[in-house]
Amino acid sequence: MIPELGLAALWLAAALAALQLLAGFVGTRSGNAAFAALARPAATLQAFLCIIAFCALLYVFAVTDLSVQLVATNSHSLKPMIFKLSGAWGNHEGSMLLWVTVMAMAGGLIALIERRLPEKTMMATLCAQAFVALGFYAFLLLSSNPFERLAEVPPEGNGLNPLLQDIGLAFHPPTLYIGYVGLSVAFSFAVAALLTRNVTPDFARVMRPWVLGAWIFLTVGITAGSYWAYYELGWGGWWFWDPVENASLMPWLAATALLHSASVLAARDALRTWTIMLGVIAFSMSMLGTFLVRSGILTSVHAFAVDPERGSFILALLTLYIGGALVLFALRANTIAEGERFAVMSREGALVVNNVGLTAILGVVLLGTLYPLLTEAFDVRVSVGPPYFNPVSAIFFLPMLLVLMVGPLLRWKRDDFTRVRKPVAIALAVTIVIIIRAVFWDGIGLLPLLGLGLAAGVAIASLAPLQGRSLRRTPLAIWGMCIAHFGIAVALFGMAADTAFQKERLVAVSVGDTVEVGAWTGRLDSVNAVAGPNWTAMQANMHLSYDGGPELEAHPQSRNFWAPVMETSEVALLTRWNGQLYVAVGSQGEDGRWQLRLWWKPFVTFIWYGGLLIALGGVLSLIGRVRSDLRRRRGEADDSEEIADAAPEPEPEAQPA
Amino acid sequence: MRLLAALLALLMAAPLAAQSNAPPAPYAYQQLEDPALEEQATELMHTLRCITCQSQSIADSDAPMAGNMRHQVRTRIANGESPEAVRAWLVSRYGDYVSYEPVASASTWPLFVIPGILLLIAVIVLLRRVGRRVPVEGEGA
Repeated sequence: MIPELGLAALWLAAALAALQLLAGFVGTRSGNAAFAALARPAATLQAFLCIIAFCALLYVFAVTDLSVQLVATNSHSLKPMIFKLSGAWGNHEGSMLLWVTVMAMAGGLIALIERRLPEKTMMATLCAQAFVALGFYAFLLLSSNPFERLAEVPPEGNGLNPLLQDIGLAFHPPTLYIGYVGLSVAFSFAVAALLTRNVTPDFARVMRPWVLGAWIFLTVGITAGSYWAYYELGWGGWWFWDPVENASLMPWLAATALLHSASVLAARDALRTWTIMLGVIAFSMSMLGTFLVRSGILTSVHAFAVDPERGSFILALLTLYIGGALVLFALRANTIAEGERFAVMSREGALVVNNVGLTAILGVVLLGTLYPLLTEAFDVRVSVGPPYFNPVSAIFFLPMLLVLMVGPLLRWKRDDFTRVRKPVAIALAVTIVIIIRAVFWDGIGLLPLLGLGLAAGVAIASLAPLQGRSLRRTPLAIWGMCIAHFGIAVALFGMAADTAFQKERLVAVSVGDTVEVGAWTGRLDSVNAVAGPNWTAMQANMHLSYDGGPELEAHPQSRNFWAPVMETSEVALLTRWNGQLYVAVGSQGEDGRWQLRLWWKPFVTFIWYGGLLIALGGVLSLIGRVRSDLRRRRGEADDSEEIADAAPEPEPEAQPA
Repeated sequence: MRLLAALLALLMAAPLAAQSNAPPAPYAYQQLEDPALEEQATELMHTLRCITCQSQSIADSDAPMAGNMRHQVRTRIANGESPEAVRAWLVSRYGDYVSYEPVASASTWPLFVIPGILLLIAVIVLLRRVGRRVPVEGEGA
């Protein structure tokens, strides 16, 4: 009964999307106003229906209703409740339902609260949003029905991949999906702006908080995903340039570029077409990511070719939406007047470097991700991995960091470099001193070397815009910018420090033996068996101390799940302010000794602190924007946009000599 | 009760442990004595693909295949082979696919040409911006 209710809600929601499409279309043509007025409620109600469908799916997973095919193939009655629930989106159909639900919620939210746009643009936005949503409803209902029943009810389910039975991964996909699919709003706005030729600073101000919201979730999702891979895969790696990771990075790169270009459009009415283009690209990358992950093409191009139903469906959607938007862009872009001009040495100039750089990195990641798939189709297998991505993306990233030291200090339109010379010189000097100092550290690679220096420089420069301001009166958006940029420095420092100074120890030890890694000394006290709800494990019990300090306990496990059968590594992490000790236990050798893997990873945690700081910057900025917008709507005199976007007032002590 | 569960677990774990066939080769999970050689080996292992996994290097994988390859790499490095010789041997055995190290060849040249073109475009876009000077006082739209 409940699954059928969910299915019915989905069909209804799809019908409402069709209604929204028509009503929105009529709305853009200034047709029947009463009919056009249906667009907003249709969008809101749709969100409500999708939530009902999603709750229905959660319910069948919670009670392990094995008559539903999806539950039988992906769940197990003995799983802990939290993983029963997260199992609902740990599979193809469920995750597509999550996708559609988030999409409907995003559409419902703009219908409900977005009142700042001209009515025609708003109608076109809802129309575009419904058009995209309809394709995904069709995909879900016609080829990925999550509520499919089984004729014969099996006695037990197949269980969920044990790697996914982790609290981190339970929340990672929803976070990421909110980010991914939230970008659909930017896509719909961009398409609407093209349709109505309405590309103005006001439009950018409307679009910006939505992009910012999606971007915050993407940032958190990527950061959490990286930490999950780090502790769950058992080898201490935090970024693999895996196609699935790249699929989440590409929309992030596009959205980051979009945020920056939207602020140029909002403050200075420049980069009009470029901003629209990025709006289209960002969500296109989300859809491409979904295609890569959901079509099975990553496991093998040939497997995809053998059973192409779902893959071709998404590919067709991809072609329709991306192709359609690009054609629209090509037709309309030249009718959008060129925006305001600006000098190179200006805030806009620096932001153009940011945009070109981010887009180029996006191009590199896209190329490196798709190229092996392309050659595999012709039976040539090539591997593109970290040795390619790291240096090639660094070629574009490192110059961007240099510009990042200057850009936020510059004024809009045009500026004089001598005005910002002092803070930039300090940041550059620190960068150079650290690089020169680090050259003499043994065996440090070029990239970590540059990374360490630039991280320090960017950290200093990112806070420079706060100098000379009254910190209490500094707008939140400025705080957000500084903290996000500081976060980049923090994350970069973590990456560089871990790469440069990591210590590795792989040993086979007997109970009672000691082991050393970096400044740590440890002892294997005992190994015993432990049992969980759906696994058994061998647990190593260790005492370790850092540099002769107090002894700390660590209990890494080697787990055996039985449904499905799989061995996983449950690592022990000992966190200090200056890094993390990473301990994993492997299997027992024939001589009775246990394999231990230990890494001392200096400052590795900074990678994720940095990611969270970047997201925090986004949150502050979002709060600042929304607050100033509310104030403006209440009609109070408000010039916070100008304040927030202007460069800092010239410092009083600027001309000493 | 917990003790019972643990005992049960031990009983169940035993056949599982027996299931995993041959024990891993000695250098799959052990480092070389000589830190300099080990560093060479580690650096090499990070650029070799575990061909039974999805997007992991042999230095990041629990797969038995990756273990065997780590053993091969360490033994050969210990015997004085250069990392590039070991890579060449693995490539002759498993094909180009096993190496992440980007090498320009008939099948990979676009990977190098396209970023070059991107760089060129980036520079041209930026230079065009430099070319367009803005008048000091009130510029036209």
